[in-house]
Amino acid sequence: MLTTTVILGLVLGGTYALLALGLTLQYGIARIMNLAYGELTLLSAFVVVALFQGLGLSPLLTLPLVAAGGYGIGWLLYAVMMRPLVARSQGRGRLEVDSILATFGLLFLIQGGLLLAFGANFTSISYLDRGVTVLGVSVALNRLIAFGICVVVGAALVVALKTTRWGLIMRAVALTPGSAPLVGIDVNRAARQGFALGSALAAVAGASISMYQTFSATAGVVFTMKALVIVIMGGVGNVPGALAAGFGLGLIETFVATAIDPGLTLAATFAIFLLVLLWRPQGLFGARR
Amino acid sequence: MRLILPLICLAVLAVLPLHFSDYGLGLLIGAATYVTLASAWALFSGHTHYISLATVAFYGAGAYTVAVLNEVLPYPAILLCAAVIGGTLALIVGLSTLRLRGVYFVIFSFGLAELIRQLITWYEVNVTGTLGRYIFLDITTRQIYWQMLALGAATIALTAWIMRARLGLALRVIGDDETVAAHSGVNLARVKLIAFVLSSVILTLAGAITSPRYVYVEPSIVFNPTVSFLTVIMALLGGANRLWGPALGAVPLFLVFEFLSSNFPDTYPIFLGLLFIGVVFVVPDGLISAAERLTRRGQVRA
Repeated sequence: MLTTTVILGLVLGGTYALLALGLTLQYGIARIMNLAYGELTLLSAFVVVALFQGLGLSPLLTLPLVAAGGYGIGWLLYAVMMRPLVARSQGRGRLEVDSILATFGLLFLIQGGLLLAFGANFTSISYLDRGVTVLGVSVALNRLIAFGICVVVGAALVVALKTTRWGLIMRAVALTPGSAPLVGIDVNRAARQGFALGSALAAVAGASISMYQTFSATAGVVFTMKALVIVIMGGVGNVPGALAAGFGLGLIETFVATAIDPGLTLAATFAIFLLVLLWRPQGLFGARR
Repeated sequence: MRLILPLICLAVLAVLPLHFSDYGLGLLIGAATYVTLASAWALFSGHTHYISLATVAFYGAGAYTVAVLNEVLPYPAILLCAAVIGGTLALIVGLSTLRLRGVYFVIFSFGLAELIRQLITWYEVNVTGTLGRYIFLDITTRQIYWQMLALGAATIALTAWIMRARLGLALRVIGDDETVAAHSGVNLARVKLIAFVLSSVILTLAGAITSPRYVYVEPSIVFNPTVSFLTVIMALLGGANRLWGPALGAVPLFLVFEFLSSNFPDTYPIFLGLLFIGVVFVVPDGLISAAERLTRRGQVRA
């Protein structure tokens, strides 16, 4: 019983961690609090499902495609929509309010488009739906694949941020956007890349969600909410923290759903959020500021 | 003079329902409700720039309080209970988030309504075993309208008073720069908390007053998130930091959305999204400020 919960929780947590990674990049590097994040995830999930049902393309094949598409959409969104707001705010607090309201509008725009295109019904596909036994627990293969994607992508991102020159630039912008230009960093370019990469991660997360979860066009807000809670738990802009917090939330949620009541998972998420805010608002793994 | 005009308007609005059909009266109540909600929202969020997305959490809490208590207590006592519940809820939310940066508050308010809806649903299904309640109160539609009109007028009067008082000054400084506010001796957490609780109590009362119109109440009906979003966009369109801004944005938008939701229910979210983006890019300070800027430019040229 306990092993089942732990394994299922870790598998769910993998997807959450991936979701949160993209959001923490967008907020940490581009300084955009993107409330439409969950809708981007859903958009990708719907595209994967449509390609699977319409053309018979396997989700694993379409995954790189939607990732690239996500990057492109994120790039465009930043260049067209966010950049003017950044320029207008001139480094003052105005950007936060503006970006929240603008992405809030984007949320409805995408949601409305999804409702028109795919309807309000719940959608799911059966793909690699057979059980695999892990440590004596039967887990659906599609869930395991989703978990694998999360681990690979998450690890690659952590390594890239830690070791490459590109990662160094990203971390510099995340830490002090004001001083980064002094050492010759193009902050605008880095922010655009960060935002686009975050959208690409949202798309990958959406693709892996579409493999094993039932979802509807109005479920985006819940994804955004969970991703936000994880980002704050892990510390804003903290990639390893977001990974750990994502797994943690998956575990807790699965535990609450099996041991107490599936209707209380969101309440559990919020209870954790409240505890983090009261106890360590800088995040579980963040340094005191 | 500054007092006379609003009072005349209020008097005219108060006698309006005597000449209106039931449908017209329904529209009047809706408009009055959104004027109240948007003004109450702006009371806290307009000056501090702490965007609250939790309007319906309080509105729904008020409506649900009436649904639970309508056969137990007399009506005024129910309203009092609703106000206390709304205030307590706001205190809990405010104490845990308003000490921190604005974005935490936004995120918390983003999910608050959904959280309360799920908790009530869970409680009703598992503990009381009744999901869905009826409200049978001996209150006519006109009385609801008059109550809402009074609440709206009180909200605007309260805002006018706060804007002249020390509290309003403190709120404006917080909105401009929190560090400066702290250095000038403003107790940040306390000022924000007072304004947030005041605004939330009004939102809760608005929900309680309109609730008899629902007759049948279920968590998914009264905690409809669209109410929160409409409130925000209405206040922003008119100008959230102006006394009459929220009211100015609420009336036309309410009518537009009423028309859209009955005629084009499918494209409704797209329109809402475009409106949000349009307001942020075109009239970031609201219509009143934009109009003032236009007239000022005209004067300079002349």
